[in-house]
Amino acid sequence: MSSISTNLGDPNDGHGHGHGGHAHSHNPFLAHHFDTPEQQFTTGKLGMWVFLGTELLMFGGLFCAYAVYRHNHPEVFMYAHTYLDKWWGAVNTVVLLVSSFTMAWGVRAAQLGQKGLLCVLLVLTLLGGAGFMVIKGIEYKAKWEHHLFPGRLNVYNKDYAGPEKPGEAHDTHGAAGVSHGAAAAQGHDHAHDTGVAGKPVVEHANLATGAEAAPRSEGAETAPQAPKPGEHAEVAAMAKPVDGPKIPVSFFDPNSLGAASDAAKIVPKSGGPAGLAASEAAHGHAAHMAYGDLPARDKVRVNTFFSIYFMMTGLHGVHVVVGMGLIAWILIKGATGIFGPSYYTPVDLVGLYWHLVDLIWIFLFPLLYLIH
Amino acid sequence: MSRVHAKFRSLIADGDPHAATGDAGQDGHHDGPHVVPVWLLAGVLAILLALTVLTVAVTLVDLGPLNIFVALGIAVVKSAFVVLYFMHLRWDSPFNSVIFLSALLFIAIFLAFAMMDTSEYRPSVDAAVSTTR
Repeated sequence: MSSISTNLGDPNDGHGHGHGGHAHSHNPFLAHHFDTPEQQFTTGKLGMWVFLGTELLMFGGLFCAYAVYRHNHPEVFMYAHTYLDKWWGAVNTVVLLVSSFTMAWGVRAAQLGQKGLLCVLLVLTLLGGAGFMVIKGIEYKAKWEHHLFPGRLNVYNKDYAGPEKPGEAHDTHGAAGVSHGAAAAQGHDHAHDTGVAGKPVVEHANLATGAEAAPRSEGAETAPQAPKPGEHAEVAAMAKPVDGPKIPVSFFDPNSLGAASDAAKIVPKSGGPAGLAASEAAHGHAAHMAYGDLPARDKVRVNTFFSIYFMMTGLHGVHVVVGMGLIAWILIKGATGIFGPSYYTPVDLVGLYWHLVDLIWIFLFPLLYLIH
Repeated sequence: MSRVHAKFRSLIADGDPHAATGDAGQDGHHDGPHVVPVWLLAGVLAILLALTVLTVAVTLVDLGPLNIFVALGIAVVKSAFVVLYFMHLRWDSPFNSVIFLSALLFIAIFLAFAMMDTSEYRPSVDAAVSTTR
């Protein structure tokens, strides 16, 4: 760093004479409107904290939407969160925490002028961010495949008119649909009220999936969801949904999709690392709530959970990507050896940003994935 | 070369994290960067990972309505560690803490009034929904 601090011949160094000849004015990183590097650093950091405060306020709006909606529709959250795989969420939490640690260490390395270590730690932090986004991508992809995106792309939306034709969707999840045909039939007793105004036909089909889930679930607590055997069977309603529902029965119940190879990711008890999933099943937490158990007024509102989920995790994901870009920038800067005890502000401020991203995820994880 | 600067660098150069915590400047306002030791950062990471395991484990236990408060309490403790150590607020100018806490305060005000409002109007909304059905 001596090349920086001893740069006495800096032609831009015309600002020092107003300060009684303090030699700090020789620092090429010191802008002319600051007295000392210390002042410049604390000012920059203060500005960063103000920015982070506004970031928190922006996320505060989404947390408010979450709070109001969960307060008014707790059952929706109980049901819809089963589509989220808490093990992926936990893995992502660990990934983000570790990358926060490498970032904090990176700030230390920059303060000490440890160029090589700084670069290694920044690369590790970048990998953490990339890993987080890949896992998020896997989760989003599963949501996309199961038509759980916000608005009309969500099967729970009463205006859902997606590209899926009943036949195509059925083919996609053929394995699940066929294998559950027999089991579903015994519980399907709701075909008679498919015409109720304002309700999606979805719910009628889905009651059947509550039944088909039961025989395959490890947990005994899933049993109450199953309609009694012998209750008004309509086998045909399963394979060829009545009143033209756009989606086959097997589409909606997370548990019913376990058999479909492409659906494994979205099923809470079978997604994620196999060992973890097995241990969860062993604890008897295979299922929480069936769609049929929802109050009628909440059945048409399940899609709002996914809107909140995607807005919160989406805005957070944008922040991760921005943070990765910033880390890449200081990595390039850091590789030149520019950072040291007298100048490490960019590393410090980017670090603050990265930790804020971590901070928000610390709250998103329990609020979205760990609803009990 | 400033005497302050030379002292500042000599204190940091050996990499001793504790060297930088003291008053490095002769004029009393030049503290130099506060360098957090690696063992402390690693310890904070270990605590954060342990709390993550705990918050997942708690979901396997039915505490009734307490679950959400336990989960949020753990999240608050975790974020306190992140803010104080990773984000360095413990050693920073208190003014940064004031900014951070005032952001939280205004979020709390925002949430509190929104919740009061939605609770207040919920009965009439429910009544309206049930009559239109």
